[in-house]
Amino acid sequence: MTTMTQVAVPTGAEPPVRPRRGQAWRRFTGNRLAVAGLVVVALLFLFSFVGPLVYQTDQVHTDLASANLRPGTDGHPLGTDDVGYDVLGRLMVGGQTSLIIGMAAGVLATVIGTAWGAVAGYVGGRMDAVMMRVVDAGIAIPALFLLLVASAIYTPSVPMMIVVLGLVSWLVPARLVRAEAMSLKTRDYVLTLRAIGGSHRRAIVRHIVPNTVGTMMVNATFQVADAILLVAYVSFLGMGVQQPATDWGAMLSKGVTYAYSGAWWLIVPAGLLIVLVVASFNFIGDGLRDMFEVRGKNR
Amino acid sequence: MTRYLVRRVLQAVVVILIVTVIVFVLLHALPGGPARGVLGQQATPEQIAAFNAAQGLDQPIWVQYWHYLGRLFSGDLGTSYTLNAQVSDLLAARLPKTLVLTLASTLLALVIAIPLGIRQAARRNGAFDYAATALAIIVYSTPVFFLGLLLIMAFAQGIPLFPAQAPQGDSLGDILGEPRGLVLPVVTGALATIAAFSRYMRSATLDNLAEDYVRTARAKGTGERAVLLRHVTRNSLVPVITMLGYFVPVMFGGSLVVESMFNYPGIGFLFWNAAQTSDFPVLLGVVLVIAIATVVGSLLADVAQALVDPRVRSVAL
Repeated sequence: MTTMTQVAVPTGAEPPVRPRRGQAWRRFTGNRLAVAGLVVVALLFLFSFVGPLVYQTDQVHTDLASANLRPGTDGHPLGTDDVGYDVLGRLMVGGQTSLIIGMAAGVLATVIGTAWGAVAGYVGGRMDAVMMRVVDAGIAIPALFLLLVASAIYTPSVPMMIVVLGLVSWLVPARLVRAEAMSLKTRDYVLTLRAIGGSHRRAIVRHIVPNTVGTMMVNATFQVADAILLVAYVSFLGMGVQQPATDWGAMLSKGVTYAYSGAWWLIVPAGLLIVLVVASFNFIGDGLRDMFEVRGKNR
Repeated sequence: MTRYLVRRVLQAVVVILIVTVIVFVLLHALPGGPARGVLGQQATPEQIAAFNAAQGLDQPIWVQYWHYLGRLFSGDLGTSYTLNAQVSDLLAARLPKTLVLTLASTLLALVIAIPLGIRQAARRNGAFDYAATALAIIVYSTPVFFLGLLLIMAFAQGIPLFPAQAPQGDSLGDILGEPRGLVLPVVTGALATIAAFSRYMRSATLDNLAEDYVRTARAKGTGERAVLLRHVTRNSLVPVITMLGYFVPVMFGGSLVVESMFNYPGIGFLFWNAAQTSDFPVLLGVVLVIAIATVVGSLLADVAQALVDPRVRSVAL
């Protein structure tokens, strides 16, 4: 099937859209910060998901006898919190929640946004106008506020947070993909496909969407960064996943009271990890942008 | 211009109507509907039916929406479940306080971000530019509450210069009468936007530096400093000032966090308390007001841009 499409497409006039793989990868690795970001994200995944296998702690049962210990006491490298959870172990468990929600919500938002934007941009006209006004209205309501309303209605859990975050963050990718779809639909290969009787659906699925993959991947990376931040905000405001589950934002939120009386280990490590993971995803996004926008850079 | 203006305003009205639909749907998505919210979990089915009949909630959904719109137009946003007050009264009392805080934070952020962005652009790709860019991405990736906590730990706990709690007065005058209490909330709020503002200023300055008029000015023998300050800065400020219109939702989001951290009695704090007590009329009232402010903000930004740059009028829409 793929070969047939390629035969039907007059590629002669069009320059190759994407560079060869090796070239693109070199462009990505040319951005030192992006590579550093990738390494840090990989390490944080190892820390959160493999860490608990190596460094085993009880993150379900509270242990008031060993609460509020300073870092370094009784085999707790980062101390314990107010109910006796080991802070280092808790950072690992919390990291799982933050990373899972962030990644899944970022992907969900990108999928919804791409579908919506591709259809709106391709169809155009009234349909496009209506679809984009819906996007405008969604953007008008800040995501954090909607998330808190949702948390007040439903009990916050990991799946619920993923769905709600996905539902509030697909608007920006929708706008970006729509803009691309509008220009892509006038390309010769799409017009040819239509002329030889190909369906609209085929045009969108086989030509428009695959050509926005660069935009989508760059945006998805930034979406993950934003989603992790949003989860942290919601949890910090006390409306995130409930104990004994936790995430880095919730750890900060719980630690605040004790941090004021000197228990810095309850907030500084969690805060730094949030900064580290969000900044890393932002750096990776920058690198991907270099990688995919190769045409704009060299020509 | 008039045509553009009319179309753009109509568009904004449509967007606001869609927002009211979203808020209306949320109101009806509550477990048990609005009746449960008002009467509580113990209400019997008979009580709920009586409430629904009295409130018109047994009518078709579009009739209900129509009535809801009518109430909105007369300024009726419902009654708070927990505060025994009209939502509109609560908003009217709290909004000015939030605006004062946001305005102060935004001004502080601009005062720092504008010179920073210009300097970065003037020495593009120099050590200062790289350092400032890296710092901007890190600050941008840092949750506002973490910045606030660090500030509190440093300047309220470590060296007790400023109180960790914002002024608690009822009136705006009481709050402004305690400027020391405003320092940490204002600085925290400013940190939230400085990074983004300086990025904008940097790229606006870079865009202008590439313009022909800069070459002309240099050719005339104008000094580099004068080119930068008299010509480029003035032109670069235009996109940055219009950008403020698009930042309305970001600012409200920031005030939600800052106000709940410092117990500052604005609408962010009101919203946060309402979220914890499931006070839906207040929650949705605040959402509606912020959404309208956002739509108006981007409308003003678009119009300002069209006024300044005629090219926008023909391309946009």
